[in-house]
Amino acid sequence: MTNAAKHLTSGGRELIAFRVGDQEFCVNIMSVREIRGWTQATPMPHAPAYVLGVINLRGAVLPIVDFSARLGMKAAEPTVRHVIIVAQVKSRVVGLLVDAVSDILTVSDSDIQPTPDIASDFERSFARGVLAIAGRMICLVELDSVFPSEEREAA
Amino acid sequence: MDMNEIKEIFFQECEEQLAELESGLLKLNDGDRDPETVNAVFRAVHSIKGGAGAFGLDDLVSFAHVFETTLDCVRSNRLEPNQDVLKVMLRSADVLADLTNAARDGGGGVDEARSRQLIKELEALANGELPQTATESAPKSAPAGVAPPAPAVNEEGFQPVAFSFDDFDTGDEPTIEPSTYEIVFKPKSDLYSKGNDATLLLRDLSRLGEMSIHCDMDTLPPLDRMNPEDAYFSWKISLKTDQGEEAIRSVFEFAEWDCELDVALAGGTVGMEEDLPMQPVPFDLSILEEEPQAPAGEQDRAATGEGTPRNAAVAAAQTASNVLQMAQSTARVSPENARNSQSASAAQAAAQQAASAATPTIRVDLDRVDRLINLVGELVINQAMLSQSVIENDTNGTSSINMGLEELQQLTREIQDSVMAIRAQPVKPVFQRMSRIVREIADMTGKSVRLITEGENTEVDKTVIDKLAEPLTHMIRNAVDHGLETPEKRVAAGKSPEGTVRLTAKHRSGRIVIELADDGAGINREKVRQKAIDNDLIAADANLSDEEVDNLIFHAGFSTADKISDISGRGVGMDVVKRSIQALGGRINISSKPRQGSIFTMSLPLTLAVLDGMVVTVANQTLVVPLTAIVETLQPEASAIHSFGSSQRLISIRDSFCPLVDVGRILNFRGAQANPVEGVALLVESEGGGQRALMVDAIQGQRQVVIKSLEANYTHVPGIAAATILGDGRVALILDVDAIVAASRGQSLKPEMSLAAAG
Repeated sequence: MTNAAKHLTSGGRELIAFRVGDQEFCVNIMSVREIRGWTQATPMPHAPAYVLGVINLRGAVLPIVDFSARLGMKAAEPTVRHVIIVAQVKSRVVGLLVDAVSDILTVSDSDIQPTPDIASDFERSFARGVLAIAGRMICLVELDSVFPSEEREAA
Repeated sequence: MDMNEIKEIFFQECEEQLAELESGLLKLNDGDRDPETVNAVFRAVHSIKGGAGAFGLDDLVSFAHVFETTLDCVRSNRLEPNQDVLKVMLRSADVLADLTNAARDGGGGVDEARSRQLIKELEALANGELPQTATESAPKSAPAGVAPPAPAVNEEGFQPVAFSFDDFDTGDEPTIEPSTYEIVFKPKSDLYSKGNDATLLLRDLSRLGEMSIHCDMDTLPPLDRMNPEDAYFSWKISLKTDQGEEAIRSVFEFAEWDCELDVALAGGTVGMEEDLPMQPVPFDLSILEEEPQAPAGEQDRAATGEGTPRNAAVAAAQTASNVLQMAQSTARVSPENARNSQSASAAQAAAQQAASAATPTIRVDLDRVDRLINLVGELVINQAMLSQSVIENDTNGTSSINMGLEELQQLTREIQDSVMAIRAQPVKPVFQRMSRIVREIADMTGKSVRLITEGENTEVDKTVIDKLAEPLTHMIRNAVDHGLETPEKRVAAGKSPEGTVRLTAKHRSGRIVIELADDGAGINREKVRQKAIDNDLIAADANLSDEEVDNLIFHAGFSTADKISDISGRGVGMDVVKRSIQALGGRINISSKPRQGSIFTMSLPLTLAVLDGMVVTVANQTLVVPLTAIVETLQPEASAIHSFGSSQRLISIRDSFCPLVDVGRILNFRGAQANPVEGVALLVESEGGGQRALMVDAIQGQRQVVIKSLEANYTHVPGIAAATILGDGRVALILDVDAIVAASRGQSLKPEMSLAAAG
């Protein structure tokens, strides 16, 4: 789906930008199902620290990932002001806890700069590039890499 | 409706016919000599052949044809259905099933050598004890089967007539040699004006014996000159009957004056219809099948031996209808036939079949049912949420809202039950598949095995049935391959050379219990133990109870068969079985007695969609414990808690000590051990035996919960079976009691690590 969407508008693509801490990220809008407010999640035993638990999304059990903690940053302390981006990652649906959704961007491929070489392996693994929009730096995130399949299929 | 859809229906019906065929053969194998059973078997093969002919499935037709010919010999008492004959027939049924599957899936998968071999065997059976006339008729009709679809059906329609259905109903009475009459029947218009109907007369005539009809339409004038009140058709009928001319004339008794009737003894005997052009009969003979229940007098006549020919004629008439009708009506045809063939000896069986035929059924796409079930699940959750918020906001107690809510709750519960019942299916198909597996393995291993099934009509959710086949197959294979001894050994042990495998299904306290018992040698505990030591599963000096030794066979890579055979022994047997049963939310137990055999007992939930659970609180989290796992609940007293070693604690329950398991700690919900006195202990029984007391903080109540998959969007969580959504809309986790108990034995909560369970 994400791949198809990439080529859908040749050159131009729509991204959803969101804020986590003092950084901004964006993901392809085609992978986003909905955006909803924070609700208390049921913690999962033996889950990695960045998995906050599961919530009920109209009858489906939806795992919630603290995006900040997933990227190795400070764990979020969810409040009612936080939002959950419900995204499709391969065949699964996951919820990303972020501070706020900031923008919807329409960019062309040429606007996306390659990830700078200074980043560590970990950051490089999920960053697909950076965007410079109105003096801000927004990191384009590949969700498939944020949730590598083998990690979820293990155990 | 296009051809593919019709074909799909045909294959669906084939499955039913095959099931009927197999169960009929098995009944015969058990010594049932009811002619109706033979008829049912014959009909099943015949219907498959007829349908297959319509779709040009030549392989299927030719095999079914040979099979049918042999069955016909059984039907006409020319071949005694003894064990040997039935063995061939059961194998033929298997091949027929393979051929059907191959025809549907369009692939190979058919052992051609096997089917050729069986064709030979069947033909040998048919020829061996057959008078020449009957064998002659067989090859004659063979080309009819493989002919192009449209004419094939018409010829098919008359095909059963071509066989000689001797009246086996007459039993030992000397049969009058049937002779063939040529009848010319030309109704006058008066016949019709008096309310008689040529069709009905012909139907009555067909009851006397085998009949072939040729309609003469030569006198039919062009439409513009035709008088609608006049009679133009005449019929040439060749009837083979043992009733004599008198009986034929009596059929026309009331019409005698209004028609030209000529009855003459024909020179030929069998195969008369060959001389007649098989042009389509201008009226649809299938209306014959719409005959109401025969009046009492006719039933008496049927009882004297006319049931079968009539039945055959009706069947013939039915098949004569067009392709589409035939494909659609096969399901209807068989009960109809069953109903119409009320010979005295089969009266009871026929009555039963009529009763079962009375319930109309529809075929529904499974997806639609699943969608309905999902929606009802949502409804249940929604209803629970609604009543919870009403209770929170309304303190008056008995307001009309509350009463309405209660009614709603009952309704939802009822809807849920009914929807679940839609998916409930008898386990029969799976059990029937097992009988084939038993036969095949018995053949391969050279053992003689008898499979007895009980409780085939026990109903359980379709998903459970679908997932049951694989573990059951493994277990049956194991039972025959490892469990039963060779005939020689059995005789030496003073047992019957034929081993018995008994497969039983029954409902017990909201679960289905499937039991597989063999009367073999039982588990060789010494061997199992040694093998386990060799494989480092247990320490050489481990002190294990018999039960624990038995349970060792459920470990991966465990096989005690001396040699690895095709059938089993690759070491993927019982651990796979156990895992798939567990995945279904079931448990499996063994009880084995040396020299007497082993009993495997599986207990499975009736449905995978809902579960009765106890809602508990652990470390401020809400968890659901499956009610089936809980033996009792108790409030521990300080005096009953005993420390054992560094971290273990035991609780004494009626003078026995039971390990105390802190659920919160195992699930990592809290670091320190909870104080047992402040909580509640749930006494649970896990598979593999042994009780454990699970410590929870409090019990909230008992509730039926809808099971939601965690794996769909997340991953399998050790110690957690699934999730559910509670009345407040939040997700609660359902505890996997067996995994928790296993973890309490010192294993980590990882499924792969279950090897040391018995250590």
